[in-house]
Amino acid sequence: MTEALSSPAFAPVTRFAVPGRIAVSNRTAAVWQTATLTEVRRETPYVSTFRFAVPAWQGHLPGQHLMLRLTAEDGYTAQRHYSIASPPEDSGHIELTLDHVEGGEVSGWFHTVAEPGDQVEVRGPLSGFFAWPGDRPALLVGAGSGVVPLMSMVRHHRARGLSVPLRLLVSARGPEELIYARELGAETTPVFTRSAPDGVPVGRMSTAHVAPLLADQPEGGWEAYVCGSNAFAEHASRLLVEAGQPVDRIRIERFG
Amino acid sequence: MNVTRGFTGRPRVNNTGLPPGQYDAGDDWPVLSAEVTPDLSPADWTFRVDGLVEQPHTWDWDEAHALPASAYEGDIHCVTSWSKFGVRFAGVSLDAFLAVARPHGSATHAVAYSHTGYTTNLPLADLTGGQAWIVWEYDGKPLPAEHGGPARLLVPHLYFWKSAKWVAGLTLLDHDEPGFWEQNGYHARGNPWEEQRYSGD
Ligand SMILES: Cc1cc2nc3c(=O)[nH]c(=O)nc-3n(C[C@H](O)[C@H](O)[C@H](O)COP(=O)(O)OP(=O)(O)OC[C@H]3O[C@@H](n4cnc5c(N)ncnc54)[C@H](O)[C@@H]3O)c2cc1C
Repeated sequence: MTEALSSPAFAPVTRFAVPGRIAVSNRTAAVWQTATLTEVRRETPYVSTFRFAVPAWQGHLPGQHLMLRLTAEDGYTAQRHYSIASPPEDSGHIELTLDHVEGGEVSGWFHTVAEPGDQVEVRGPLSGFFAWPGDRPALLVGAGSGVVPLMSMVRHHRARGLSVPLRLLVSARGPEELIYARELGAETTPVFTRSAPDGVPVGRMSTAHVAPLLADQPEGGWEAYVCGSNAFAEHASRLLVEAGQPVDRIRIERFG
Repeated sequence: MNVTRGFTGRPRVNNTGLPPGQYDAGDDWPVLSAEVTPDLSPADWTFRVDGLVEQPHTWDWDEAHALPASAYEGDIHCVTSWSKFGVRFAGVSLDAFLAVARPHGSATHAVAYSHTGYTTNLPLADLTGGQAWIVWEYDGKPLPAEHGGPARLLVPHLYFWKSAKWVAGLTLLDHDEPGFWEQNGYHARGNPWEEQRYSGD
């Protein structure tokens, strides 16, 4: 599984190095395992959650992702990275939440073909960088399916009854496109860019959303986790820096 | 082989230029970096070679540009499984920098590091002999900041996380030391043709 990471081997003389949070097991990262689809849950018109039984899953930390592989009859394979949506507490099972990308080879198969009983291959968990062990106050900022690894953190926080501060700022086009809407609670501030319920403003994530959270720093300060498309990651990380979040306390996961 | 029911994949040509497990990203150039894109101007950019060398040296933007120009035209491969064919980068061969610094015979590896603090390790043999560049132009234009501009390392025969963005220097060592992604589970070398994605591959 995962273990604490000792100090980095090489420290460059430059400014903002962000250390990884955990070391990743070589063995689990290298081995392909069969994952059996057990359930499909619709989240929004374009997004569904796929639940898998993976009996030998070694566990993961919230924020980690995996590599998924599909194989055609002629041996052709397609592999993509997906963040793990479920918390570590869900043992023997993992959940992925996939956007239906137009013309997408892998997400297209999931959204139009996959049904319970189907098998795919996965390897992981991967990357100890975006992981959140639940130890430091976390400010989570996501958009679209970028909320997936952040939701694993929120679920972990709840499952363990952690008291360490956790806040989620999530951007969606409108309420009907807000993934996990039913599960979001007091820790969450949704930002709607196209349409919003009565009385809720419409617009991009801005300093007005970020500044109050940074003004209200928990002891030790926030560790920021930003996830989404590259355009969103650029925008949100700039907002955080402008509002005073140190660059060496910002972790970014870009979906491409 | 574990065939996925009902999965045919996208219609494909038998593309021998594609390493195993990769797909052609076409005109897309996905951005993958774990840090905030730095606001680094050419005037602030420097590149240093030190460690096991005769003559540690730091070049600024103009000094680096005074070295003989060298270009790369070919393919690049990202560990997240996209590849990009026929890209054009321009800059200076790393050989030109190493010729000034003169590595000791004992130097076997290097850690490349960025102005952001990102690090990645490479065998010295992967950086010499016309295989690696410091580049500042992409497709005839200045390299965009989100792709590592003003200047990045380019080691196109390895997965692209080795091609450190916003490169600041190389430290030559007599042993291998894992860098940022390598400490986070990625392979020490990262040869796409051998599919060296994660440590253990
Ligand atoms: C670390 C990480 C974590 C991620 N986590 C998630 C997650 O939790 N949820 C999620 O939904 N996504 C996630 N992603 C994105 C995911 O990996 C895939 O990129 C996404 O699912 C699209 O894959 P696809 O095979 O469906 O689309 P692709 O087939 O790769 O297509 C992507 C786009 O390119 C176009 N395209 C590409 N090639 C062609 C072609 N030959 N002809 C026509 N069009 C083409 C498609 O039309 C489409 O618009 C993550 C990415 C990373 C790097």
